[in-house]
Amino acid sequence: MRRLALIAIALAGVLPAAAQAQQRTRLTVYTALENEQLQPFKQAAEAALRDVEIAWVRDSTGVITARLIAERANPRADVVWGLSVFSLLQMEGLDMLEPYTPAGADALRPSMRSDRSPMTWTGMDAFVSAICFNTVVAQQRNLPRPSTWDDLLNPAFRGQIVMPNPNSSGTGFLTMAGWIGRRGEAGAWDFMTRLHDNIQQYTHSGSAPCNNAARGEFGVGISLDMRAVTLRNQGAPIEIIVPTDGVGFDLEATAIMRGTRNLDAAKRLADFAVSRAAMTVYGRFYALLALPGVDPSVQGYPAEFSQRLVDADFRAIALQRDRLLRDWSARFDGKSAPRN
Amino acid sequence: MSEAALPVVGSRPRLSADQVAMRAGLWLAVAFLALFLVLPLGTLLMRAFETPQGGFAGVANFRDYASTPALLAAAWNSLWTAALTAVVVVPLAFLYAYGLTRSCMPAKAAFRAVMMLPLLAPSLLPALALIYLFGNQGMLRGVLLGHSIYGPIGIVVAQVFYCFPSAALILAVALSTADARLYEAASALKASRVRIFRTVTLPGARYGLVSALVVVFTLVMTDFGIPKVIGGQFPVLATDVYKQVVGLQNFNMGAVVGIVLLAPAVLAYLLDRWATRQRAATLSGRAVPLRPLPRRQRDVPLLVLCLVIAAVLVGIVGVAAWGSLIRFWPYNLSLTLDNYDFARFDASGWDTVWLSVRMATLVAVIGTVIVFIIAYVLERGAQDGVLPKLARFAASVPLAVPGLVLGLAYVLFFNHPANPLGFLYGAVAILVLNSLVHFYTVGHLTAVTAIRQLDPEFEAVSASMRVPVWVTFGRVIVPICLPAILEIAVYLFVSAMTTVSAVIFLYGPDTKPAAIAVVHMDEAGQASAAAAMAVVILGITTAAKVGQLAVGAVVARLTQAWRR
Repeated sequence: MRRLALIAIALAGVLPAAAQAQQRTRLTVYTALENEQLQPFKQAAEAALRDVEIAWVRDSTGVITARLIAERANPRADVVWGLSVFSLLQMEGLDMLEPYTPAGADALRPSMRSDRSPMTWTGMDAFVSAICFNTVVAQQRNLPRPSTWDDLLNPAFRGQIVMPNPNSSGTGFLTMAGWIGRRGEAGAWDFMTRLHDNIQQYTHSGSAPCNNAARGEFGVGISLDMRAVTLRNQGAPIEIIVPTDGVGFDLEATAIMRGTRNLDAAKRLADFAVSRAAMTVYGRFYALLALPGVDPSVQGYPAEFSQRLVDADFRAIALQRDRLLRDWSARFDGKSAPRN
Repeated sequence: MSEAALPVVGSRPRLSADQVAMRAGLWLAVAFLALFLVLPLGTLLMRAFETPQGGFAGVANFRDYASTPALLAAAWNSLWTAALTAVVVVPLAFLYAYGLTRSCMPAKAAFRAVMMLPLLAPSLLPALALIYLFGNQGMLRGVLLGHSIYGPIGIVVAQVFYCFPSAALILAVALSTADARLYEAASALKASRVRIFRTVTLPGARYGLVSALVVVFTLVMTDFGIPKVIGGQFPVLATDVYKQVVGLQNFNMGAVVGIVLLAPAVLAYLLDRWATRQRAATLSGRAVPLRPLPRRQRDVPLLVLCLVIAAVLVGIVGVAAWGSLIRFWPYNLSLTLDNYDFARFDASGWDTVWLSVRMATLVAVIGTVIVFIIAYVLERGAQDGVLPKLARFAASVPLAVPGLVLGLAYVLFFNHPANPLGFLYGAVAILVLNSLVHFYTVGHLTAVTAIRQLDPEFEAVSASMRVPVWVTFGRVIVPICLPAILEIAVYLFVSAMTTVSAVIFLYGPDTKPAAIAVVHMDEAGQASAAAAMAVVILGITTAAKVGQLAVGAVVARLTQAWRR
């Protein structure tokens, strides 16, 4: 009897606590956002949705996309928040996304949201391919400051440029997609063939070119615009150049995973992800936001930045991805003996 | 002779208790290997024969892969870098292990600890060190005479560094037991030292040599971490897995490359069987343990060689440790401790370190028990029949499975809605099991090498005195093999602390290991912070290694007295 009473007391003590814990829904959110963005994004979301807790799983775009697809039979993620739209389109093709039009998503720029109804994904912000330019190395080796992609064809850059292999890295593919979008396919192959003569290395990682340019290993790294911020803060003599002759861009986007056990909370997070409050947080890191009329607070971007973005039909490029990458391999992967 | 020495088998009409016990052990071994290795891997590798839509593709994927433009170059590059690494590493490791076991040089314990250094830190640490030393801004870049470290040179240098401990570990175990009577007999017959070395020492260590060669070759063939960071665009087969799985999310082609890379495992298995047929137990029940006597002509050169090797190992790790204290290579070399304030770079901060320690401890404790028991059952149980052969083959497979492939296989298998073991997924358990299986082979080979050096007469004598096999196992085999068992435990702990490639698909929101955090920080451009966390991991694994040496010394006094 006494034991029963003890158990009852113990339960009485535990239950309210358990009930309180249950009030907050824990959402597993897969993301490829930069590490330093996770905390502000989480705080903003949890402040707006008091009963939701964000549990991040963060990795590089390729790893997270591979994980999501591998887990497709029994999804572990409730929401994807901050992943390349190319990945989301791939997952849309596999019927992995829960169709839902978040409240307020109609206000987003038309090119930065799903064209399905209901929507399968919504954009957050755009990031672009860019040139990481080491000014110290440039001085030592007499490299001129490039302001367009064509400038990189200058023989002075022979063996000085590093870019990600598009077969290994989404950044590499994004850059290539931008060239195709601007020059047409034939023009892009011609450009890449000439650029190939100046390339020192095609890396397997999208962040390595900028990291290595920052360390002075190479003069020029082709990478993404937001890569350079962390490096500059540590004192790297690096300048980030968004070429004026059109850059490929990618969207960070949000989607709900089909099969989530927390659909309700997931929908509310998707609502938050397109809200003005969320866009303000994105604006601390990104220069072009999906919601017009929100001024990004990030520094160091030219005023006419958004005009440099190549008009891109994401779905059309995503559909051709396999063929384009195969062609790329045939042209450039085979002749990969180290140079110099 | 081993057949004659195993009189228990088949000599009685009914199964003895011993045979029942060994049978049960064999079934447990088979069940474990099936559940956590063969079935997950099979689930993934079957995909090599599927179309992206899930239909049957036959060998179309293989044909597709064979038409990859750079494939031939990649295959050739993989082969020659792996062979060159093995040819460089194994003799060096042999001499080092020889110095540790067969000479009277001083500070053997310290040399034993230093030998493990490359395995004690995540692979990013030496990669950073090589960049700091030989990169385009490197301190010693002149040494390369204008060649670039990014490419085959970097791959071979880094792989030699990386594979050295595995080879030295296997060879040290192989050389640690020898029968002094053979050496006495040889010198009584006036055999020259060279001749004794050739006819007594080398044959005694032959199994270890074959194992070491196979292990190194396979490690280099399947590792993608080093070529990815330092290989530049030098194409090798292992990076194809990365391209297919992470770059293109094409799991079917990833499975194809995985199967191609299994070829070394088959080769390893065949070599292992060959070495088994050639073997003779070096330590018979009547053996007199060999105790090396001081001899300057041998001890001094070995000491010098070991010193040089140890200095290189310490130097490389030391450069990386220095790298964790600077603000930004190479432009701001002022020293700081800020890089160790991990919460500044990664919200989980130091938590990842504690998680890794917990996980690695579980891997070491559970893993050592499983590895050693299975190795014993496979070595001393029934040798005939299909099951033991299959189990032995399975035990040699993990070495040849790239971590990415194993991790992906675990996702597909354990996350399947119909899998009753699905509850393991998303918890620390899945990380533990995955790491244990990933590093199974080297532990297994170490155990097998130790067990094979024991004369089967131990069991035969026990059986004739009606002592059950499990008592012999607990009272004789385990104590004699304790040094090897400790070695396995620490090897598993250290590997689990540093592994990245397999668990990158398996960690959950609350179970991110420190080695993953290292990769993330480096990707984010925070190389110094990444180095700092790698140094913390190194500190923990070094403590484990030193602990092993201390415990090992006590154990040796308690259990190895008969060797003297």
